[in-house]
Amino acid sequence: MSPWTYFRDHQSDVLHWLWTNAWLAGVPLVIGLVIALPLGYLASRYRWVYPPTVTLAGLLYTIPSLALFIVLPGLLGTQILDAINVAVALTVYTVALLVRVVADALNAVPSDANSAATAMGFTRRQRLFGVELPLAVPVVAAGLRVAAVSNVSLVSVASVIGVPQLGSLFTEGFQTTNYAPIVLGLILVVALALVFDGVILFGARLLTPWQRAVRAR
Amino acid sequence: MNPTLSFSNVLTWLNDPENWRGADGVLAHLREHIFYTLIAVVIAVLIALPLGLLIGHTGRGVVLGAGSANALRAVPTFGLLILLVVWISPKIHAKQEVSGLIQQGGLAYLIPTEIVLIVLAIPPILTNTYAGVQNVDPAVRDAARGMGMTGGQVVRKVELPIALPLIISGIRSATLQVIATATVAAYLPFLGGLGRFLVDGLTTLNDPHDGYPKMVSGAILVAALAVVADLLLIGLQRLIVSPGVSGRYSRRKTAPDATAEKTSVQDITVDLAGA
Repeated sequence: MSPWTYFRDHQSDVLHWLWTNAWLAGVPLVIGLVIALPLGYLASRYRWVYPPTVTLAGLLYTIPSLALFIVLPGLLGTQILDAINVAVALTVYTVALLVRVVADALNAVPSDANSAATAMGFTRRQRLFGVELPLAVPVVAAGLRVAAVSNVSLVSVASVIGVPQLGSLFTEGFQTTNYAPIVLGLILVVALALVFDGVILFGARLLTPWQRAVRAR
Repeated sequence: MNPTLSFSNVLTWLNDPENWRGADGVLAHLREHIFYTLIAVVIAVLIALPLGLLIGHTGRGVVLGAGSANALRAVPTFGLLILLVVWISPKIHAKQEVSGLIQQGGLAYLIPTEIVLIVLAIPPILTNTYAGVQNVDPAVRDAARGMGMTGGQVVRKVELPIALPLIISGIRSATLQVIATATVAAYLPFLGGLGRFLVDGLTTLNDPHDGYPKMVSGAILVAALAVVADLLLIGLQRLIVSPGVSGRYSRRKTAPDATAEKTSVQDITVDLAGA
């Protein structure tokens, strides 16, 4: 049986799993970015905040995903098979990864650009939103791409404890010794990761028009 | 299905000596977990370190190396594991048994698992190794050449020692990933490791004293193992990185100008890889 035949036979299941996988990986990305931006800003603005924040983020990142999927229900009071656990765990990883990236990206903004903005009469807030954050976009986007791709593939680990998403294709293939669902799952997960990657690249391009202007010259 | 997912019974579970002894105890599964991890990390280092040194030294294949490392990240490890198991396991008929480490029949599942763990561990070590070698100050490399060192000597005596902090940080993130992913192996039959507790706990979830406490204990043990392994590697780094590179030596000699630049090499850790 080919992966394509399998897909046609189980279309509604597979599409449902694909959708679940997409939002389980995507929502944590957005929430994680929203949480990491202010934290990263604080870590770059106040020098003493940086070491403890980065160390804590590193520690959170060492927690194995399967372990986090299992501990979270006890902390959150959710059911063990609840997909929310997966989303929260991936949010934790996204924040842990992005806090350092945001802080480093803001620190790497050329001081000339900041001085120029100040000299032009920008307030601190105008400078942050008008100069520093836009200049940090390429680096933050690079971090976001890493987080997106690893989120998409980490979701499938949740099938070990039975949360249905694209990883269910792997457990299905294992139980029935059938290549079709396994290969289909691998293709769909990689394709989903590429879609996320493309969306982030496109967004970063829209947010940094000056990079194209330089290239076009 | 699971009315009480409370942590209160976790300490009781961890404190019960019965849960630590025997073939299904903490000690046995901890030993298996370390065994799986060591095999994967050692083989990955044996492959990635020479390759990374070669790429870094010659400057060839950087784009290919970085590209394939990034592409590998998108492949779900669990899917790759299942694919290899369905493909390879039926072809392995060896029934060798290593007391306390490999169960009878376990080899057929251990080999695909180790392949996945090795594939997972290679990219961070490889990219950090060639990045570390490429970060070597060209003036230092020229000086070594000028002193009459051969290409091999430059690699062994100059580039490797200077790149060592980055290489070890690559090995650290590889080890963390392998420890985390080795838990997934418990999904397969005949394989142990700390993941056993996470998977087996699911079947007794209705027993408030066994199911969930067992899973959480397993999760805590895996996280603890990851932290301990990371600390050990940091200790190893302190032992084998030359004081001239890490800057710990010259700091004592009060030469702040020289250290400021050198310690920064250590700070550029490329540990973006996922858990």
